[in-house]
Amino acid sequence: MGEKVLIDGNEAIGRGAIQAGCKYFFGYPITPQNEIPEFMSRELPQIGGVFVQTESETASVYMVYGGALAGARVMTSTSSCGFSLMQEGISYIAEAEMPAVIVNVMRMGPGIGTGGQHGQTDYRQVTKGGGHGAYRCIVLASYSPQECFDHMQLAFHLADKYRILVLVLSDFIIGRMAEPVELRTLSFDEPLPQKDWALTGKAKKGGMRRFYISGLIMSPPAYHQHMIEKYQTIVDSEIRYETYRDEDAELLLVSYGSSAKMAKGAVDRARAEGAKVGLFRPITLWPFPEEAVRGAAYRVGKVLVVEDSPGELVEDVKFAVQGRVPVHLLGIWGRYTPRGLMAAGSGIIYPEKILQEMRSLL
Amino acid sequence: MKGEAAKEKIYGTPKLRVPIPFSMFCPGCHYGIIVRLLCEVIEELGIEGRAIGLAGVGCSFGPFPMLIDVDFTACPHGRAPAMATAIKRIHPEAIVFTVQGDGDLGAIGLGCFMNTLLRGEKLTTIFLNNACYGTTGGQMAPTTPWGMRTTTTPKGRDPSTTGFPLHAAELTATMKGVAYSARCSVHTAANFQRAKKAVKMAFQKQMDGIGYGFVEFLSACPPNWGMTPVDCLKFLSERMIAEYPLGEFKNANAIELPGEWM
Repeated sequence: MGEKVLIDGNEAIGRGAIQAGCKYFFGYPITPQNEIPEFMSRELPQIGGVFVQTESETASVYMVYGGALAGARVMTSTSSCGFSLMQEGISYIAEAEMPAVIVNVMRMGPGIGTGGQHGQTDYRQVTKGGGHGAYRCIVLASYSPQECFDHMQLAFHLADKYRILVLVLSDFIIGRMAEPVELRTLSFDEPLPQKDWALTGKAKKGGMRRFYISGLIMSPPAYHQHMIEKYQTIVDSEIRYETYRDEDAELLLVSYGSSAKMAKGAVDRARAEGAKVGLFRPITLWPFPEEAVRGAAYRVGKVLVVEDSPGELVEDVKFAVQGRVPVHLLGIWGRYTPRGLMAAGSGIIYPEKILQEMRSLL
Repeated sequence: MKGEAAKEKIYGTPKLRVPIPFSMFCPGCHYGIIVRLLCEVIEELGIEGRAIGLAGVGCSFGPFPMLIDVDFTACPHGRAPAMATAIKRIHPEAIVFTVQGDGDLGAIGLGCFMNTLLRGEKLTTIFLNNACYGTTGGQMAPTTPWGMRTTTTPKGRDPSTTGFPLHAAELTATMKGVAYSARCSVHTAANFQRAKKAVKMAFQKQMDGIGYGFVEFLSACPPNWGMTPVDCLKFLSERMIAEYPLGEFKNANAIELPGEWM
């Protein structure tokens, strides 16, 4: 058992990264993730690390690219608008197969949105690739501060294991929500490849030099074939999800991030009323647990997707079940404030609303 | 053989020049000479084992990493200074340098470059000014002199609609974190020697931990200037140098920090 501390999801990201041996952070302020760079600016210099406040998310992502090329565990964090600005660099990092971690603490979009309030409107962008060139990134969707802490360790491990960019997806609610977090060290029990490809200067590599231009220059088909095979290995080995009280369920909720937190509460309350409902929570959004969702949905027979967006995760769920099971959606219209106050951008999809929706479907 | 014993080799291909038997640049381009110059400087400073190069997008993108036998990467358009920053911060003992063209550094990457200077990074930048976008076919660059015809200024660059040429070496010299800034050319042997001294100095400032080193090169682009290589030399020495005077604009032995800052 590690020490337990009461921290929010943003601090858990920072602590998890340091736990994973990340000593280099390059970031630009944006709400609602400012606690991460602030934490890193405080902590990293004390452990011989480096914090650089960049002039833009464009600079952040290229410092991450350079840092990964240098062979170090490096990261940045941002929120939706900033994540959009990083897309070019993400595409380049993907092409060069550089291991790094980027955290996106989502906020409502598109555009400036609500100026940094909650929302889950980046699903398509993070899972399908917002940049050019048919690449993939592993996406870990955290739904609690504890998972933020653990996912940072997993993210750096997977990044180094596959030489791939790993995105950790959090959101406003997870980032700003405090819970007891056990500061545990995850062990992955598998050796990681040597970074003998890193740019360190020739002297550190016995005089061998490395130079990078573009993996696509010699043969585009060979490059993409290599990537297809690598992505398939990840699909075969790294899918993660959680199921909750779905054994005898007659309705299956599918949800991720902060909405999954609400959905879990709703499941417990429905079960207390005797309603047979369960939850399926994808943890890797890419690779998406397509077969597992399909299996669970076919067994249960009815699906309700809950997400704080106009409907993005629902597309992957519908694709997985191939029209053979009805898939309902409780999206952003499910938001309300408990006192009935209506204001633009206000409200959350509380468990009560999910409960109400479940009752209407059972 | 008898006669050859007396011969002494005093000049040849630099050790760090990868033995690809052609320059990879167009006939009359000066980049090949600058590749050679960089090889000589890195070799003479004894930093080959810890040098890491970053080339921007443009004609430097592929050839510089291929031709200079040190750790090297090509970078996305304009972003070499950001990537170099991270590499230098992670490996402070490395000697990190960028090679960037005028579109790369002066247009798409100007913000990235200026912010790198603002942060006072200990890097070295070789800036290649050939007055146009070479790789994409000779469009106007931030460094295109007034009146010069390019494929996007078919009647000549008109300051009333396209603004004024970028004087990168002078601009760089105004920044506090910069230790060295100069503009050179390699269109004559004497200028090659001056340029070599300047590049050495720009690397030395980084090696001594003083500050940023910057050297701008005027360079010919015969296909896009629409001139023979010989006419390019004339244009460079008359028109280019008139707009972009050669020389040192800053050479600081120390960058003073405020005495009490915390």
